[in-house]
Amino acid sequence: MAALLESLLSQKVDIIKVVEWLKSAGDEDKLSISELGLTVHKEEFVPFLLNFLREQSSQALTHGPATPAKTPSRPRPASASGGNGTRAASRVQLFSPSFVPASRPSGSERRGGQRIMLGDYMVSPPDFQHRRGGHYIDETGGRRSVRGGEGYGRIIEQVSPPSVGQLNFNNLEEFPPVGSSPISPAASKPTRRINPTPVSAERPRSKPKTCFTSTPFSKPSSPLSGVVPLEGSMTGGSSLSLQEERELLKKEKTKRAQQVGSPQPSSLEPCTPTKTVLKTGSKVTPEQQTTCPEPSKVTFSLELDLLVELYSTCISENLVPNIFLELFFVMQLLTSRSPHTHDDEQESLCAAHSHSGVQPVHNCVYFAVKVLENQFQLVAHLDKCTLRLLAENERVASFSPHLRDLLTQAQDKSTAKVTELYLSTFIHSVPFQPDTDNRSNFSSDKAFHIFKKQRDIFYEVLREWEDFHKEPGWNFDTALGNRIRGMMSQMTSAGNHSHFARLFLKQLIQMCKGPRVNSTSGDAPDADLLGMLGAEGLGRLKRLEERLIQPHGVVGPCSPPSFPGYQEFFRDFLQAASCCQLNQHLQDSLCQQLLQLDEVSILSPPASICERDKEEEEEDGDMEQQKQRFSSVLLLARLLAKFLGFISFLPYQTSEKPSREIQDTAIALRSKSVPVLDVCAVLRNSIRRRHTILTVPWLVEFLSMLDFIGPRLLCYRTTLGTLLLFACRKLVLDRCEEMCYLNKLLMVSVLGWLFQIPVIPEDIFFTSEFTEVAKVEESDINVAGLDCIPLVDQQLLYTCCPFLGEFRKLLAAFVSGSTAKSGGIIRKITPTSAELKDTPAAHRSQQKLQVDLEQAFFHNQPPSLRRTVEFVAERVGSNAVKHMKATLVNELVGRGEKMLRDGLGSPNSNPSKLNDSICAQLCDAGLEALARATRFCCEKSPEAIRILLPHETSPTVLATSENITKRLATEKACSWLSANITGNYIAVGPRTDKELPTGSQLLTLLQKVGETLSCRKVRQRETSVIKLHRIY
Amino acid sequence: MRLSRAEYKEIVRWTEKLRPTRRCMKILKDKFPSHSQSTLLSIFSLEYQKWIKRTFSRHHVPDVIESYYQRYLSEAKAQPTAPVLLELANEVDLSPALMARIILDRFLQGQDGGMPSKSVLNSMLKEPSLIPDQILASNVYQCTINDCCYGPLVDCIKHAIGHEHEVLLREKLKEKNLSFLDENHLRTMGYDKTPDIILEVPVAVEGHIVHWIESKASFGDDQSHQTYLNEQFWSYWNRFGPGLVIYWYGFIGELDCQRDRGILLKDCFPTDIVTLCHATQQDRSPESQNKDKE
Repeated sequence: MAALLESLLSQKVDIIKVVEWLKSAGDEDKLSISELGLTVHKEEFVPFLLNFLREQSSQALTHGPATPAKTPSRPRPASASGGNGTRAASRVQLFSPSFVPASRPSGSERRGGQRIMLGDYMVSPPDFQHRRGGHYIDETGGRRSVRGGEGYGRIIEQVSPPSVGQLNFNNLEEFPPVGSSPISPAASKPTRRINPTPVSAERPRSKPKTCFTSTPFSKPSSPLSGVVPLEGSMTGGSSLSLQEERELLKKEKTKRAQQVGSPQPSSLEPCTPTKTVLKTGSKVTPEQQTTCPEPSKVTFSLELDLLVELYSTCISENLVPNIFLELFFVMQLLTSRSPHTHDDEQESLCAAHSHSGVQPVHNCVYFAVKVLENQFQLVAHLDKCTLRLLAENERVASFSPHLRDLLTQAQDKSTAKVTELYLSTFIHSVPFQPDTDNRSNFSSDKAFHIFKKQRDIFYEVLREWEDFHKEPGWNFDTALGNRIRGMMSQMTSAGNHSHFARLFLKQLIQMCKGPRVNSTSGDAPDADLLGMLGAEGLGRLKRLEERLIQPHGVVGPCSPPSFPGYQEFFRDFLQAASCCQLNQHLQDSLCQQLLQLDEVSILSPPASICERDKEEEEEDGDMEQQKQRFSSVLLLARLLAKFLGFISFLPYQTSEKPSREIQDTAIALRSKSVPVLDVCAVLRNSIRRRHTILTVPWLVEFLSMLDFIGPRLLCYRTTLGTLLLFACRKLVLDRCEEMCYLNKLLMVSVLGWLFQIPVIPEDIFFTSEFTEVAKVEESDINVAGLDCIPLVDQQLLYTCCPFLGEFRKLLAAFVSGSTAKSGGIIRKITPTSAELKDTPAAHRSQQKLQVDLEQAFFHNQPPSLRRTVEFVAERVGSNAVKHMKATLVNELVGRGEKMLRDGLGSPNSNPSKLNDSICAQLCDAGLEALARATRFCCEKSPEAIRILLPHETSPTVLATSENITKRLATEKACSWLSANITGNYIAVGPRTDKELPTGSQLLTLLQKVGETLSCRKVRQRETSVIKLHRIY
Repeated sequence: MRLSRAEYKEIVRWTEKLRPTRRCMKILKDKFPSHSQSTLLSIFSLEYQKWIKRTFSRHHVPDVIESYYQRYLSEAKAQPTAPVLLELANEVDLSPALMARIILDRFLQGQDGGMPSKSVLNSMLKEPSLIPDQILASNVYQCTINDCCYGPLVDCIKHAIGHEHEVLLREKLKEKNLSFLDENHLRTMGYDKTPDIILEVPVAVEGHIVHWIESKASFGDDQSHQTYLNEQFWSYWNRFGPGLVIYWYGFIGELDCQRDRGILLKDCFPTDIVTLCHATQQDRSPESQNKDKE
């Protein structure tokens, strides 16, 4: 491994050959280099490379959370493969002159000690070795084939996060590479110079298994400049009241920290082991006296370029477990500060290469900028704010003006904002529907009356939770446990579980389906505020609040699975109830609903796909609606899958990883029973039907709830392996295949996240063993599945992967830290009094109210009413468009053609002016289409509604339904028409003077216009939309 | 009428000194001329009931009852035409109607030895002429008509007022062209909890969505509101979503704190009602187009 890298760096081996090898799909696993007598496996080389890079840069990365990929995290390169190769490779100190891995203990030394390096088990987990009887390959890199299985077990046990104490990130004892055992005497080798930092008292005995990446730390020693609300340097002439406010903020901060940290009473708490970590975040408080990186001071640029190429290839080819983790690492390098280097005699060891003045930060930044350039396509898909921060980053500017320009351009294209908080101002209850809820649906009067009470108790408990769960010291089980269990026992006697399960799920969906509703009534905005600011303003307010309360809480891109917002209530409720009957009913129902959602098929003719990709600027009402529906189905499926996973694996959750014996017994036991959901079949089927963009994200949610043993069961192992293979084969971002970029990106991102979760075994990524059971079948080419439709947008990506927001935080933290020197931008928060902007605000709140009223209307009506209304609106709107195209548009095109011919015929015609005038005239005429379409919709909608709704529907309900249908249909038709008639004329026309058309060009132009107007879209999508409707 | 808690407490402080007599009601009215009479009366009635609940056990003990009964017997004998029972009630600080009930109960026990049935007792209180003893009948009658908080007369009045306001509410709704289902409809459809009104098409009152309306012809004080919340309002919310409660005789303003959670309090039929208006549809569509273009 190391030998290969060294040969590469010294140019003995051609980089092209290696890159080709990395790119070659799965089958070419081994690379043999005869000159060197080397055989290298991909699954060994990649983690080695990742570890090597982290090791090399460990000095510079003194800020932000650690980014060890769970798998290829930060272990020393030397130990990753041990042996002589290491020594050689690490002689080149690319980033960090003061650190010499050659002096690390060699593999054989370590064997005696307790240090198990990540690289070791990544490649060959002892478990598998034992089980598979020597499958593990000893010949590849001087690794030892025999190692205590004990090490493996220990590593995984250490999932608990550290408390934020006095941590010195530079100190590898404090921040050991993943997998190294905790404070072990063997750790400090005499040969290595480290500043011995006493382990502070607060630190828990168990070390973080840094695998979970978001290890927070702070450097209390560094000045706190730039961190907004901390007292200290910025307080200046603070008045008393300001001071008070600060105190308040501080209190609030502590309160939040407690909330997040404390209420985890249950050891059953399976999947949020790092919950404390979540919000505590690390404060990025860079040191002041850092070196300013300069391109001219970069050393080893040749070697760095080679590394960039290798690294980029790994990222592009999905060979890394989590591309965003790598990107985060790169951004950390970009924003790294070089601490004052300890003058270190060990430097002499690499004296051959290191000049006296080498500042690692130059190389770090150089490397980072190069990688960013290389991965520009990926970077360009980040949110606008992140792109702006990158573009404004002075290091990017000085190292690569080209990249800066690209970023500036990309900003304009990046459409979506970072998820605006979806604020449901009102949480609705589940409506009472006589059809399903009245007496005739119950077995006895008693059951009916008991359920009446249970519904009320359920909501009472929910309200109480809303009111108190954020209070310090409040405990779910203590406060509500008995009431819930009492309710459960009553339910058992009455046999009402199915009714309650339905209520529970409906309420869950009601409250948690939207993208991250994290408002609980406590911080729910009051309506006045909402009216004043509008939802968007309120979202901003919310973010401001977050910033004030927890500045720069950068936690890294791999947050552990969690139950945000109201989801927490439902999880805690299930835990407190611990009612197996209820769980069974919920499971049944969740499975059914999930599979139903997964069956949603959207058929879109493959022909229009490629064309569509290029015409992104074009607004298409149909497409938008389709996207919205897809995103709604996807988010719902993810929610349901998470809870299905939670309930299914609840009985097996343990806080600690069980011992090998227990595991083996458990595997033997559990492999006999049928898993709740045949995930393998679901996945295979989905791949075949090209449906993965829907299935994979929810499967990931389901699997993220696995217990420690789950991943070792054949079905889940196979699924994980299949997902892995799928990611490598099908989701390579740069290859323009049948799948759209953002679709792929979403899947890559959630999969990367999944592979970082503690319960998912570390070995899965870098072993061939794991994937052997898995196969990725070829998808059926005749099926045009969802995968080929651009359904994912940035908004959805960020909703599903909130951790992507970490990039922005990291960069913003850097900005605020570096401003003093560079004159960068501190985004100061200047409080101003809110002014009521009369008319627009009032207008907006009126509009919002109307929308709310419409939603409320459907709330208490049977669900079929809503489906009917939406269906009819869809059809009528579509028909209106067709009708317009057949009549008005046809006529317009004809008229335009005639005008053009006449115009060109006249003696001194100016084609460009002619074009303009015709376009203007036709546009005006085009507006007529809107009025006509509106008339069409208003006429046709009521007829259809009247026929389709039950005869007994009350006149008011009927009239309201008709009106809503009219409105929806008109909206649909008009938005399509305005986008495609008025919009396209302008879009198709010449944009610059150079493009000024000649007469013949104008004719083609007009033809195009005609085509644009008369072709496409409408008919094609209808079928799929309708299908979505039914489900939804 | 929406009272602040301070105002309310002031009134309550005054009611403590008063007895359920017309004269006392007049005093209260004169003291708080700006408040409506029905509000004052309702507050007094609620306070008086609370007070009676606290003290009734003191009277409802066999030997105390016996002593009242004996006093009544001897005084009625001495002055057959005088309202002795009413005076006795006032003297011992018990609601006259309740005093009448106790004495009648005791009287009937003495007549046939057994416990009289509740329905017999109630019908005699409602219709004193059914009481075999003439003098007792007139005493009971005097008690019930002179008690403005308890007794069949008051029950009847309360019921009528409640009904009246429900009718009033329905009329206002019809006037506004808002169609609704009333309790009777809902029961036949098998609803397990039924507010007075469910709107077929929800409206917004002061910016809050309203699905149902409950009419309360009383003053909303802490205690009654809490009870109503637990037994009715939240249950309605749990089934039909947010709604409106009208306390026709006012309420403590501070109690109206659940607006954002879906329970809105009013002391009259609201004026600021927004309905789904599709009339403006023509105006709205161009806007949405603009939005789409952006």
